[in-house]
Amino acid sequence: MTATETMKEQKMIRFEIYRQDDLDSTPYMEEFEIPYRANMNVISALMEIRRNPFNKKGDKTTPVAWDMGCLEEVCGACSMVINGTPRQSCTALVDQLEQPIRLEPMKTFPVVRDLQVDRSRMFDSLKKVKAWIPIDGTYDLGPGPRMPEKRRQWAYELSKCMTCGVCLEACPNVNSKSDFIGPAPLSQVRLFNAHPTGAMNKNERLQAIMGDGGLGDCGNSQNCVQACPKGIPLTTSIAALNRDTNLQMFRNFFGSDNEV
Amino acid sequence: MANSREFYWRRLHSLLGVIPVGIFLIQHLIVNHYATRGVESFNNAAHVMEGLPFRLILEIFIIFVPLYFHAIYGVYIAFTSRNNPRQYGTFRNWMFIMQRVTGVFTLIFVTWHIWETRIAAAMGADVNFGMMESILSDPFMLAFYIAGVVSTTFHFANGLWSFLVTWGVTISPSSQRISTYVTIGIFLALTTIGIRAILAFV
Repeated sequence: MTATETMKEQKMIRFEIYRQDDLDSTPYMEEFEIPYRANMNVISALMEIRRNPFNKKGDKTTPVAWDMGCLEEVCGACSMVINGTPRQSCTALVDQLEQPIRLEPMKTFPVVRDLQVDRSRMFDSLKKVKAWIPIDGTYDLGPGPRMPEKRRQWAYELSKCMTCGVCLEACPNVNSKSDFIGPAPLSQVRLFNAHPTGAMNKNERLQAIMGDGGLGDCGNSQNCVQACPKGIPLTTSIAALNRDTNLQMFRNFFGSDNEV
Repeated sequence: MANSREFYWRRLHSLLGVIPVGIFLIQHLIVNHYATRGVESFNNAAHVMEGLPFRLILEIFIIFVPLYFHAIYGVYIAFTSRNNPRQYGTFRNWMFIMQRVTGVFTLIFVTWHIWETRIAAAMGADVNFGMMESILSDPFMLAFYIAGVVSTTFHFANGLWSFLVTWGVTISPSSQRISTYVTIGIFLALTTIGIRAILAFV
């Protein structure tokens, strides 16, 4: 009993962490070894490094910086590239990962420090595509139209998007050479256009994604739908929006002055 | 955001790849197939095509302008992607990469092919069975032509798949899967027609 416990205590987890002090500094790799505990995730391992910031060689170093929030794969803040795959570090269980565990920031976004990235561009995109339902006014408009229950259930799946950035990291067309906003905000357009009140501003959202960096930049590699941790049917959303924007395009050119 | 024309250029790029360029490709491969019926047959077909009324206008507006718009804009699209097959080795991601690789290769092949045949014809050469026979007697050119035809038919068939997605025809995953099978069939059929025609000159 004591022998196995000692064995367990000696078992170490190896990490290779790609670090960088700020946006413009050169990235470097630092190795860490931390004692194994049962049921660890990548975040609890990073917390261990923060508690005891010594690298594998035994030199004292700065604690590794990363982002986190809910710790239950709902907020999207703790996304990073783990063993080559972008995903949330809270649900990346150490027992299921091949060692050394390689942690890198999602380079699609500007790196703030170490594993921490700035996902502002995603929130800016949500503003660009008007991913909300305007109901503000000077008086009470009363209840909106009812939403069929079946559609609500389907729309709920699209609403699971947590703006984590994994689909942007996976997309070959989201990079420094292109201004493609990526799959996540596009799918939000489909979500808000499906809402009975949201549909009243349908054309505004479609026009927005027909602009620069919008839907036209999708190249159908379909990596996003593979990568999405929430299983959102991103490629189905994109294809459905293709149909909607084409109709909008013809309506704009040939159609009437009736906008919605 | 609102003033950009990129969306429309991308839609035009998608449309022109199929109509008229894709349609012309099918027609061209089928006319070439006359070669399998002998020298006489091919030369007759070639002369019919040569003798079409308004030939130069047809060539410019149905072939060269759409083809080179599609090709040059396509090169821009190809070089703005950052391929990642190591992280995502899925079928669709490979098709995405292959579409870009074959696009660039097809542009090189087609440009060479136009130089060697159509430009040569404008300079006074006679486009006939003998011309192709002498081009393809060089084993390097034979390999280049076979690779070029396979690359072109792949690019067309796979492009047809994404054309259906881009124009909002195939939305559901199952319809996209079925259109994958259909376009693989189109690829195999056109490749067979194209290669049989090439081998008829050897």
